[in-house]
Amino acid sequence: MEQLLEQLASGLANGAIYACVALALVMIYVSTDHLNFAQGEMAMFSTYISWQLMNWGLNFWVAFILAVLASFVLGVIIERVILRPLHNAPVLSVVVVFIGLLAICNSMAGAIWSYLIKEFPSPFPKSTFGFAGVIGPHQLGVVVVTLVVLGLLFLFFRYTPLGLAMRAAAQNPQMARLVGVRVDWMLALGWGLAAAIGAVAGIMVAHIVYLDPNMMSGILLYAFAAALVGGIGNPGGAVVGGFIVGVLENMVAYVGNMIEKTTGVYIIGNGEKLTVALIIVIFVLTVKPAGIFGRVVVKRV
Amino acid sequence: MKTSRRTFVAGASAAAVLSGNRVAFAQKKYSDGASDTEIKIGHTNPYSGPASSYGVIGKTIQAYWKSVNEQGGINGRKVNFISLDDGYSPPKTVECIRQLVEQDKVLCTFNTLGTPCNTAIHKYMNQKKVPMLFVATGASKWGDPKNFPWTMGFQPDYHTEGVIYAKHLLANVKNPKIAVLMQNDDFGKDYWNGFKEGLGKDADKVTKHVTYETTDPTVESQVIQLKDSGANAFFVIAIPKFAAQAMRKAGDIGWKPAIYLNNVSSSVASAMKPAGFENVQGVITALYLMDPTDKQFDSHPDMKSWVAWMGKYNAGASLQDASNVFAYSVSALMHETLKKCGDDLTRENLMHQAANHHNFKLPLLLPGITVSTSPTDFYPIQAVQLSRFKGETWELFGDIMHAESS
Amino acid sequence: MPAFPKKWLWVVLILAFGLPLLGPVFPDVISNYRLFLVSTMIIAAIAVLGLNLLTGFNGQISLGHGAFYAVGAYTAAILMDKLNVPYYATLPAAAVVCFVVGYLFGQPALKLEGHYLALATFALALSVPQILKYKWLEDLTGGVQGIVLNKPEVPFDLPLNEDQWLYYYCLVTMVVLFWAANNMLNSRSGRAMMAIRDHYMAADTMGINTARYKTVTFGISAAYTGIAGALSASAIAFVAPDSFNIFLSIKFLIGLVVGGVGSLVGSVVGGIFYVLVDNSAQAISTYIKNDLGLQFDLSAYTIFGLLLIILMYLMPQGIVGGVYILVRRLRRG
Repeated sequence: MEQLLEQLASGLANGAIYACVALALVMIYVSTDHLNFAQGEMAMFSTYISWQLMNWGLNFWVAFILAVLASFVLGVIIERVILRPLHNAPVLSVVVVFIGLLAICNSMAGAIWSYLIKEFPSPFPKSTFGFAGVIGPHQLGVVVVTLVVLGLLFLFFRYTPLGLAMRAAAQNPQMARLVGVRVDWMLALGWGLAAAIGAVAGIMVAHIVYLDPNMMSGILLYAFAAALVGGIGNPGGAVVGGFIVGVLENMVAYVGNMIEKTTGVYIIGNGEKLTVALIIVIFVLTVKPAGIFGRVVVKRV
Repeated sequence: MKTSRRTFVAGASAAAVLSGNRVAFAQKKYSDGASDTEIKIGHTNPYSGPASSYGVIGKTIQAYWKSVNEQGGINGRKVNFISLDDGYSPPKTVECIRQLVEQDKVLCTFNTLGTPCNTAIHKYMNQKKVPMLFVATGASKWGDPKNFPWTMGFQPDYHTEGVIYAKHLLANVKNPKIAVLMQNDDFGKDYWNGFKEGLGKDADKVTKHVTYETTDPTVESQVIQLKDSGANAFFVIAIPKFAAQAMRKAGDIGWKPAIYLNNVSSSVASAMKPAGFENVQGVITALYLMDPTDKQFDSHPDMKSWVAWMGKYNAGASLQDASNVFAYSVSALMHETLKKCGDDLTRENLMHQAANHHNFKLPLLLPGITVSTSPTDFYPIQAVQLSRFKGETWELFGDIMHAESS
Repeated sequence: MPAFPKKWLWVVLILAFGLPLLGPVFPDVISNYRLFLVSTMIIAAIAVLGLNLLTGFNGQISLGHGAFYAVGAYTAAILMDKLNVPYYATLPAAAVVCFVVGYLFGQPALKLEGHYLALATFALALSVPQILKYKWLEDLTGGVQGIVLNKPEVPFDLPLNEDQWLYYYCLVTMVVLFWAANNMLNSRSGRAMMAIRDHYMAADTMGINTARYKTVTFGISAAYTGIAGALSASAIAFVAPDSFNIFLSIKFLIGLVVGGVGSLVGSVVGGIFYVLVDNSAQAISTYIKNDLGLQFDLSAYTIFGLLLIILMYLMPQGIVGGVYILVRRLRRG
């Protein structure tokens, strides 16, 4: 029973990480219709920026805010410089550009900051409280931060003119242009926001998995799965999807363990938990092709 | 040169070494890759891809040969060191190695990294009769002179190390119930097999054995499972990042077993400190190299000259990274081997010299550990010393343990 | 997509078959190593062709063709290692196994589109190395240790060395497979495949059995890539889970896009690029460091990323498409 609780808690904490990266993926998807394969590496790069700032003596939260702002600017620049000229290129060509971006971010971070893993501080108090042993303070903090980001996004898109303009630009670019929305810049803003959210995710993750140039490579796939399960294009769905994937994965290992314990036969374990979790995710997607919270879009021929 | 049992085994050939070493008028003989002015050495290493953290080893080795060349080279010959990126992918290693051997015509390859990558070229190198020296992997298969006379390992093999931990654990932990976390690949399997062999009939004391993949973001779920098994001893077979995660998580969830940590993750900077010093007190590992963050070696001449060398030739590289110590040390062995070859730079002689080190004092090995090889012993370093973590550093204890691996 | 003039095709073929014969004339240019390198290009070209059949001609995106490559390689390796099957007989076996796997995978894939299919195939590529290490399969697959094999031996006492023979073996396989693909694409079925890509609903209403075509295409595509995998098992003489990581699938995709999506010639260009890009990135990186004396360490991986972005920037349609546009412009101009 204790193990079940611990696995659940650990799954939720991991899920929060996936959710955060998935949110960033969703941001780019809603504004540009692309899945950004370089998202994880960009987030990692942002995390190094905040690490560098802290290394120069800045306070955690100051470094956090500066890194998020810097990432926003970098995101906008990447869109304007690298992706703008490829506006009419086929989807797969854009995917290749993302892969190129991934390679550059990864190797540049390695060249600048080396591949030695670095500890990353946690901003949350290290006190032990009610759930001690089941979920750590940092894990709980990550869950809270993820929900706060989601809430802010919700408010931004619903109540600010800029947020509304961005939604309009994504949903119907021609119409938006006619009513005076600068659609080009909205796309760049979407990239900036995604990069900023990615930075938040990276900074939250780094304490748990340690900071190194490859820290996001394992997480990106989970984030994809999370974004798709929730229904891509739906920030709330992405967050729920993240939690689902995180918990599901741990539960697969847990169930495998229980089977082995009671029957003595090894069927599934840690080696297969990712595979099994993905099979379940894909199965869900074949039943509900638009994701759990996605709406089915009816196409006109 | 001292006479020992090993030289006796080597017999007449050892005498030839002595003369070849000193006598300058010996006839100059060359294989591909060596000439009056140059010695070509090939190398593969992952500089990109999932294992790119090993890239520092390649860079430090390059810096080493640069410094050798600046100081006049080896017996007047400059070392031309060609290092290629194989991305830790065995097919790519085959391609790179064929380029090095057939196109660049290197004299030998040196410190090629990774068990699967070296396995992919093992047969090829031996068919081509090109020395494949001091490979950077601890698998036990590299010291097999009968079947693979052109391949030689370097570090103490993982298998033996596993045996050592098992023996220590059985002798020191009462009523052991053992949990094992293992990286699900070659490297993990080797340790695990050695560990099981060391446990012998007590193999059933392992109450839980779980694995992780290097693509997993964390090993937290695994550690929870291990704690739940009620184990009081914990053997960590993991690379630094995951070892640190595992030991920290164990501390976080209030699990306090006796921890045995594989040598691969013994670096203070990249494993012990990230895990949190409060979580790793009393952890036991086996060492053969000096750790650069270990204060007790601060005044050791080897360590001092290494620090000076790093500042001069490898500036910008981390002084805390144990990989830089490893790279320097293994390069020094290659340097010595080439020096001993004198003017007879044939592949046969190179292999012969590599198999004729007698208690050679290699820089940065722990005091008391030396390099010895013979035509039947292709394991250069076979001794380790156990070490316990205390405060912020390792404390060596007990005797130096020699283990003959099968 | 541009058609490749027939007379040029014959010239290229004759050159390709004559290449090793020129070895004694130019021993430094046409070395065994270079022939081996060309063989790996051929293998990559076949794998990229497999992906092209699915993605380029049928419109189903796959980020996981490395999985089929792995299945093909392991099928061949296990047959050679456990059952002593001769290497040439492993190709059809790998094709059949991969066809079945691909066909079965194509069933759920019918319900998945675009990004969802990308995720599903990505997941496939990620799970295959883990499945190869699965406890109950270890005896067969060698687990993490992989399987060490022998290189194909030269038959009938032909006056060839191992690398020359491997080259012909790969080349003949490629010619047969490309010929078959070309015939298929120019047939009724091929037009149906492309109709599904171009306009799914129209194809459906016109009475094309879209589900059957899509799953069978998946199977054929997997079979092609599986054959490439089986060839690679012979060429490298070693298989291990580490050989088939996710980067393999991504590199096939890069080969496909850079060569030319939906073009047979593009697959060949993609295969060549697949091999050359690493070597050239490395050469450029060393050149910058040694000859230009740049202090900052611009690694080969960075150059690789830059190359991809620049290529896509200059030729968003891939090399074949780009060259075609260029030639047309020159003719007009």
